Amino acid sequence: MTELERKQDRAPIPAGWEYATAPESREIVELRERYGHFVGGEWLEPKESYATIDPSSEEPLAEVGQATEEEVGLAVSAAREAFEDGWSKLPGSERAKYLFRIARILQERSREFAVLESLNGGKPIRESRDVDLPLSAAHFFYYAGWADKLEYAFPNRQPEPLGVAGQIIPWNFPLLMLAWKIAPALAAGNTVVLKPAETTPLSALLFCDVLRQAELPAGVVNIVTGDGRAGAALVKGEVDKVAFTGSTEVGKAIQRELAGTGKKLTLELGGKAANVIFDDAALDQAVEGIVNGIYFNQGHVCCAGSRLLVQESIYEPVISKLKRRLATLRVGDPLDKNTDVGAINSRAQLEKIEELVRSGEEEGAEIYQPPCRLPEKGYWFVPTVFTNVAQSYRISQEEIFGPVLSVLTFRTPDEAVEKANNTPYGLSAGVWTEKGSRILSMAQKLRAGVIWANTYNRFDPGSPFGGYKESGFGREGGLHGLEPYLKFE
Amino acid sequence: MTRLPIRKTYKLFIGGEFPRSESGRTYEAEGQNVALASRKDVRDAVRAARAAFGKWAAMTAYNRGQVLYRIAEMMEARRAEFADLCSGPKEVERSIDRVVWYAGWADKLAQVLGSSNPVAGPYFNFTVPEPTGVVGILAPGEPALAGLVSRIAPAIVGGNAAVVVASESHPLAAVELAEVLATADVPGGVVNILTGRGEELAPVLAGHMDVNALDVSGADGQVPELERLAAENVKRVVHGAPDDQSPWEIAGFLELKTVWHPIGV
Repeated sequence: MTELERKQDRAPIPAGWEYATAPESREIVELRERYGHFVGGEWLEPKESYATIDPSSEEPLAEVGQATEEEVGLAVSAAREAFEDGWSKLPGSERAKYLFRIARILQERSREFAVLESLNGGKPIRESRDVDLPLSAAHFFYYAGWADKLEYAFPNRQPEPLGVAGQIIPWNFPLLMLAWKIAPALAAGNTVVLKPAETTPLSALLFCDVLRQAELPAGVVNIVTGDGRAGAALVKGEVDKVAFTGSTEVGKAIQRELAGTGKKLTLELGGKAANVIFDDAALDQAVEGIVNGIYFNQGHVCCAGSRLLVQESIYEPVISKLKRRLATLRVGDPLDKNTDVGAINSRAQLEKIEELVRSGEEEGAEIYQPPCRLPEKGYWFVPTVFTNVAQSYRISQEEIFGPVLSVLTFRTPDEAVEKANNTPYGLSAGVWTEKGSRILSMAQKLRAGVIWANTYNRFDPGSPFGGYKESGFGREGGLHGLEPYLKFE
Repeated sequence: MTRLPIRKTYKLFIGGEFPRSESGRTYEAEGQNVALASRKDVRDAVRAARAAFGKWAAMTAYNRGQVLYRIAEMMEARRAEFADLCSGPKEVERSIDRVVWYAGWADKLAQVLGSSNPVAGPYFNFTVPEPTGVVGILAPGEPALAGLVSRIAPAIVGGNAAVVVASESHPLAAVELAEVLATADVPGGVVNILTGRGEELAPVLAGHMDVNALDVSGADGQVPELERLAAENVKRVVHGAPDDQSPWEIAGFLELKTVWHPIGV
């Protein structure tokens, strides 16, 4: 440790800093009282509905439909009709232009979407504004360009669209996951029925207005809302492909359900990623990376760096810097531009986090939470670090999907690899070191689909994303992300 | 006086060795007593495959290609024996040529299936194919030799280790192939071959928690149930061609890893 670092460690924790609030106006979003399902280019009055809320205040935002099997069936029929009536015969260059339009409209209306995303999902506005929205637009822009170049992506293979894709997405990045699903599907010439998550349907419903503005042919994209029952109906429906992002448990159930049907399937499931910090890493950068790895989006990230593996020789400075940094995280109003950590997405998720954190304490881990004032209403969880964690503890085995970090240590690179890979998951991993050769050697040995070196939670439409082992199969993003939506000669 | 020929005992191939079934059972196929593998034999074979996987996957692609080529060399030396155990010399030649074809893929996969990806940021971002791990293969009943080779070669060329359930009715070609593998510089455990009842062995392989992918190309009738079992640990289920060759047959057994490497001064 340098003299400077020692001094910094003694610096007072700026927990007492007061910030004036800097709320983003919610006026830009106009919500309807009720939403139906978007089927064949029109709003279908739902038979059943439920209230979707703002998790930071528990206030209802709108009534949305709970799709029945019949309503899902109508959406699938509309998608089938649109596929056969023209979308599959449209030249790729024309499909591309629709996708470019969508990308542009998302850019134009990005503030509106960002506010809505934070309202309905609880994520900080800074993140929806700077991450979710730009990436969503970029995804459409990227795949737009592929629509008329598929034969170059898959030479000698005569790529053809599959037909109707049934897509089920999670609540952590509602619009971004929609973009990840819809953009490659349409570029490849499929039509889709998409079901957003039960708790975060609103950005998908607002997206229907983007489709109207883009003049996308009716039925090419259909949106049905509701809980898992609607998702199950979609999986069982007359679709040619199912793409699911969500928990490993549900992913397995879908894989079982589709057994023997011949429907194509891609799964992007849970993770328990290791973020490995070597003793030669730039520590301040690494600490920022740790924080970004686990507290970004309240830890509601499948690839979150939820297991910190620190080389023993730097354990103490890393932990003290981390704790100091934690104290500066601002938890609160998602629409406040100062907010770092927003609201937990739902009561059910909050209860799951609380239960796992209790198990960590009971099993003997040491808990640290910075002093933190939480709003009275809404769902909140203080950023948490567990030290003294054994590999067998539930908090180092199970996906918490919340702002909770488990810290383990290692001595040698081999030990780091062994611990990092000691999980049924294999979605992502992080490596922090100043040594390029070590980055690549670790990258080779870590059994995970995405390896971030000296960075974390970075995404790009051109970069394939997806897991090993029980984190699922298939890739989203990049050239490889097209393949799940095509069949070949 | 004519010499009494020495007969062969048809055994399993696990971890580079030729054990009898731990159950002590045999069954009669193609006029011979063949080992009737048990569920325990499946588990032993998976363990052997897992133990062999790391080293095989870490070998250079050039090296793996040479080992596959060596398999073809050893097969060539046994053409007559193989011809008696399948549809004839044509199938043998096709099978040997197929192994050579796949041998040449070992050091080209990353170039054809991988990519470097332009990302909006200071990162060198690239995607490389990697083996998925331990692969369970249910070999097609027909063609006896070409079917076997068409499924094993694409699985191992990418660095996977395999546990193969041989054709129940035509197991002898598989045992012959095991003897080839044992002398072809294939590290013990990279390919394990079990003879026995598909109905008994396939579900054990499909449900095994340490198997990463299941090739059902040769499974008959039980595919939906096998796929259901495979979901238990999110196995990659491969429906391949029983008698064809393509780099996409290899891709079914591969994962894609994307690395973000920083760029900076």
